[in-house]
Amino acid sequence: MSIETREARQPWILLSPALAAVALLLFVPLMFIVVYSFWLRTATGADQAGFYLDNWNEALTDPFYRDILISTLRIAAITTIVCAIMGYPSAYFIARSKGNKAILLLLLMLPFWISYIIRTMSWINILGVSGAFNSVLLSLGIIAEPIQMLYNEATVILGLVHFLLPFMILNIYVSLDGIDTNLEDAANSLGATKWEAFLQVTLPLSLPGLAAGGLLCFVLGAGTYITPLVLGGPRDAMFANLVFEAIITQLNWPLGSALSLMLLAVLGALVMIYNRYLGMAQLMKGLG
Amino acid sequence: MDGRGKMGWNLIRAWSIGVYVFMFLPVAVVVLLSFNASQFGSFPMTGFSFRWFVELWNNEAILRAFRTSILLGLMTALISTTLGVLASLALVRYKVPGTNAISTLLIAPILVPEVVLAVALLLFLNFLGINKSFGLLLFGHVIFTLPFVILVVQARLISIKRDVEEAAMSLGATPVQTFFQITLPLMLPAVLAGALFAFTISFDDITGTLFWKPGGVETVPTQIFAMLRNSISPEINALGTVMIVMTVGLPLLGVAVARQLTKKSGT
Repeated sequence: MSIETREARQPWILLSPALAAVALLLFVPLMFIVVYSFWLRTATGADQAGFYLDNWNEALTDPFYRDILISTLRIAAITTIVCAIMGYPSAYFIARSKGNKAILLLLLMLPFWISYIIRTMSWINILGVSGAFNSVLLSLGIIAEPIQMLYNEATVILGLVHFLLPFMILNIYVSLDGIDTNLEDAANSLGATKWEAFLQVTLPLSLPGLAAGGLLCFVLGAGTYITPLVLGGPRDAMFANLVFEAIITQLNWPLGSALSLMLLAVLGALVMIYNRYLGMAQLMKGLG
Repeated sequence: MDGRGKMGWNLIRAWSIGVYVFMFLPVAVVVLLSFNASQFGSFPMTGFSFRWFVELWNNEAILRAFRTSILLGLMTALISTTLGVLASLALVRYKVPGTNAISTLLIAPILVPEVVLAVALLLFLNFLGINKSFGLLLFGHVIFTLPFVILVVQARLISIKRDVEEAAMSLGATPVQTFFQITLPLMLPAVLAGALFAFTISFDDITGTLFWKPGGVETVPTQIFAMLRNSISPEINALGTVMIVMTVGLPLLGVAVARQLTKKSGT
């Protein structure tokens, strides 16, 4: 074997374990549930292999599933917008602050390391019947009885915003940080006010970061099922809760497969559109 | 800066402080309440006490969950980091045709919603005869953490210059010697960062874990989740505090160690 062919082979040897893992533990399983979604659940236990459209028929036509899919997308959209509104000024502040940038960034990274379940349940301490809010209001005499503020759609969105905001800020920060500040100064010296310079120079240049953060917030938000279980009421189930119900509780794996693929199709379409227009590179910048 | 610009900046600063308070206040309250002497996991605070940490230590179920989580995290970190470092080396060090496509493939596990990944893996491995088990959990955690390891390690590998390796080779070192004596020590901070990342993500994971875990086996997050079904107790807050110390303290320690190592190796 010549040295060149050996040289050309080496990267593939290094890559093959990781590629094999992704193929065997992600892509083949995904293809498998496509097949499984056409199988039929039987009362006796073993699912019947074959080509039945029953699960897809149920998943696509039952208004129950459609309504929850729509409300899941609505919750994810509101969450994303709230994250953008809360996150943009903060990302701008970090990117343009002079002295303590490193500390601000470190603080921004900390929530990634604090367990998701802890951050989610921490709101029970704040908003619960005997939480911080109620005890302050009670001791000030504003209310006589504690109010139940938890377990509704608003608290689900609150929990999701709390979970996803760091992703948004980080992505916007990455793109703001890459903008040459001289551009804004140039706009100023040509007669633009600070605000005009921001609107016409900085904001458009930071849109890729905003889009990357938005995509992450939306996809992660729409795929969650823990937050509605912890902070939502019985009527606040999201689509992933239906998947969990079908797979784990009812053991209806064919239907669960179809529902999973529905969620994947909707969110996958978004990722594709994003990739088509902005490319994956921006997203990886924010993640790495 | 003109007066209006200054006012605008102050507004942005106030807004950002608000956002930081929003992110950290609830977590701070968890830590605060874990030291509450009261019977109930709520306000008002009735005194300062370590009793809930002692209760944790005496709770066999929680200790078992910790052991499971730590073992799972360590094994995940080991496998994921090995696979991730090899793949990152290939992507950074060699001109591979289709690098972009390969990167996207390797990142795919985080682009697929975790619930879907969880269902697919559960059903497929069950079909192969691997039931809900520690093994299934391990497979799941590896595939889920691998992209993060690759992203982190790749980002750090890029900053290591090839000159040093070429110098070693030109002085007669074999590729294997060069790897173990030059490349690996230089890569160590990147490898450690990747391993730490994998451990933390695995230690925190709940979404996939609830699908993959066998009945009776709990990790720390699923244990907390199960305890939440009753009501929030001071024990949960104490457990939360321990987890925060572990998942925040460990990486901070890691960063400090990595700094120290880089300083010594003089790059």
